[in-house]
Amino acid sequence: MSSEVLRVRGLNVRYYTTRGAVHAVDDVSFSLYQGEKLGLVGESGSGKSTIVLALMRLIRPPGKIEGGEVRLGDTDLVKLSEEQMRLARFSRISLVPQGAMNSLNPVMKVKYQIADAIRAHDGRISNREIDARIVELMDLVGLRREVPNMYPHELSGGMKQRVCIAMGICMSPEVILADEPTSALDVVVQRQVMDTLADVQARLGAAVILVGHDMGVMAQFVDRIAVMYAGRLMEVGPIVEVFEEPLHPYTQLLIATLPSLEERRAFKGIPGIPASLLRPPPGCTFHPRCPFAQPRCQVDVPASREVRPGRWVACHIVDGGSS
Amino acid sequence: MTALLEVRGASKVFNVGGFVSKKKLIALENASLTIDEDRPSITAIAGESGSGKTTLARLVLGIIQPSAGQVLYRGKDLATMSREERRTFRREVQAIFQDPFEVYNPFYRVEHSLLLSIEKFKLARTNAERDRLIAQALETVGLRPEETLGRYPHQLSGGQRQRVMVARALLLKPKIIVADEPVSMVDASLRATILESLLKLYTDFGISLIYITHDLTTAYQLSGSIMMLYQGMVAEVGDCERIIKAPQHPYTRLLVGSIPLPNPKIRHKEALRISLDEMTGGGSGCRFADRCPNVTAICRTAVPPLYRTEERRAVACYLYKEYPEVTSETISKSYA
Repeated sequence: MSSEVLRVRGLNVRYYTTRGAVHAVDDVSFSLYQGEKLGLVGESGSGKSTIVLALMRLIRPPGKIEGGEVRLGDTDLVKLSEEQMRLARFSRISLVPQGAMNSLNPVMKVKYQIADAIRAHDGRISNREIDARIVELMDLVGLRREVPNMYPHELSGGMKQRVCIAMGICMSPEVILADEPTSALDVVVQRQVMDTLADVQARLGAAVILVGHDMGVMAQFVDRIAVMYAGRLMEVGPIVEVFEEPLHPYTQLLIATLPSLEERRAFKGIPGIPASLLRPPPGCTFHPRCPFAQPRCQVDVPASREVRPGRWVACHIVDGGSS
Repeated sequence: MTALLEVRGASKVFNVGGFVSKKKLIALENASLTIDEDRPSITAIAGESGSGKTTLARLVLGIIQPSAGQVLYRGKDLATMSREERRTFRREVQAIFQDPFEVYNPFYRVEHSLLLSIEKFKLARTNAERDRLIAQALETVGLRPEETLGRYPHQLSGGQRQRVMVARALLLKPKIIVADEPVSMVDASLRATILESLLKLYTDFGISLIYITHDLTTAYQLSGSIMMLYQGMVAEVGDCERIIKAPQHPYTRLLVGSIPLPNPKIRHKEALRISLDEMTGGGSGCRFADRCPNVTAICRTAVPPLYRTEERRAVACYLYKEYPEVTSETISKSYA
């Protein structure tokens, strides 16, 4: 396997609300390798977006990173000062937000928004260099050269999302985090945006973490997938293997519920309701909905183990040989 | 065949901009839909944002009036119905909307919406009967009454809230349910359960469904027939299985080909080579012309009529001009 770019170990994030602490990210560990596309999938409230914010060190009170390390090359991002982290954002690790949402400033032309991001890292860069860089970025994400002179409201959803990608890659980061970049877009545009992201990633040689809930998009885009449930990683493995033989019961059910174009009117839901992060069930957070739950699942939190080469599963009933 | 609901060549034009502006937006043009009284059906209305699918839903529900064409329920035009007829219509045609949070009043417990329906339509004479009706409806959609009643909307998950809405629609024993993107805001693990309860309304209670969606996979899963809309125009319409499995209109082909299949072994091979600007169109011809890989000169000059390529399918595209022309109304009756 190629070299490790990002190494996350024992990451914990809690939100302190008036009703108690919400353990949004609970002891999460994973690695991201050079040039790789990793999918981080989970239902709403599973903590996937909180992981992204934690990696960017953008968790704000009442949220707090409580332990763990996020090692990017030789640097532990968790230990950096605010100023050091500010310099690392965009240039080493960057975030591509949901462009259709309020990610862009509505009263500022696109070019000034991108220029701001560049200038924040390189105060001495000339205007001419910035303009050249913006033209380059537009070509890279497949936007017309008039776009920098436009306001966000003049752009379609897909174009806005491409502007967000351009901004995310303006300093050629090593790691790109893309948080649901296509969830508000129609399928055709979604496909175009994902093509753009794949293309840009390949050219920069950056590693990407794609966060989302759409298993179809994951299947089409990523190399490996990490499945979250109620703040914990349930399973991590190569995408083809996970789809072919999911090991964790949650992943099995999740893949079985996907509607396909093969069979009609066969709906299989996952019984029960998603676990509350405010009062998570003891033991494995998935045990109340798990068809294979055993007494120990209600008590012991299963540790994530590498049950086969490259396949990590946090489940008591999965052993090394078979599921 | 007795038509229960008929949309006859309905169009909807909105004036956009201020009241001095003369700009018009054609949200829907010449769409027809027929729901048979004797044979319940599930019809999908599919398309991307701006395709006019929600406009069609609102026309069917009588929330807005068509600019041209008619919407009839039991042979009566919605616009000229008597009070009594309107009351029957309001009871027999129910809606389920996209956002299962916004339809609730956050200050009331969830059963408020159920009680209101029972009260308005005088469905129960005694409190015991009322409670029994509510319990029955909730159980049908897979909710336990004791875990659901007495709670506030925010205490239920999105999936549960949406199922309460299905239960509310069910209470009124409707003939037709119009479901506008009922699962697009619900998590994947709960989506299947809601679609299952919608399907149950059709199989067990003989309720016809009009399923409005941008998701072709669930449309395929659920529906017998489908209407594909593109910027207000009917692109392709008819038998759902045929259209999804063998799409004919270049737009339908593009859409079906872009579905992200949940199978990492079948990946999209090459990048799409179509215009990046999504909202083109306009002009006097086919609205898809600017993005169409098969575009010819005539496409830019005149709107293509519907050509009947199969007994129960029609396509609005000049590629099929050797087939007989058909009105949207005639074809809508062929698959009803």
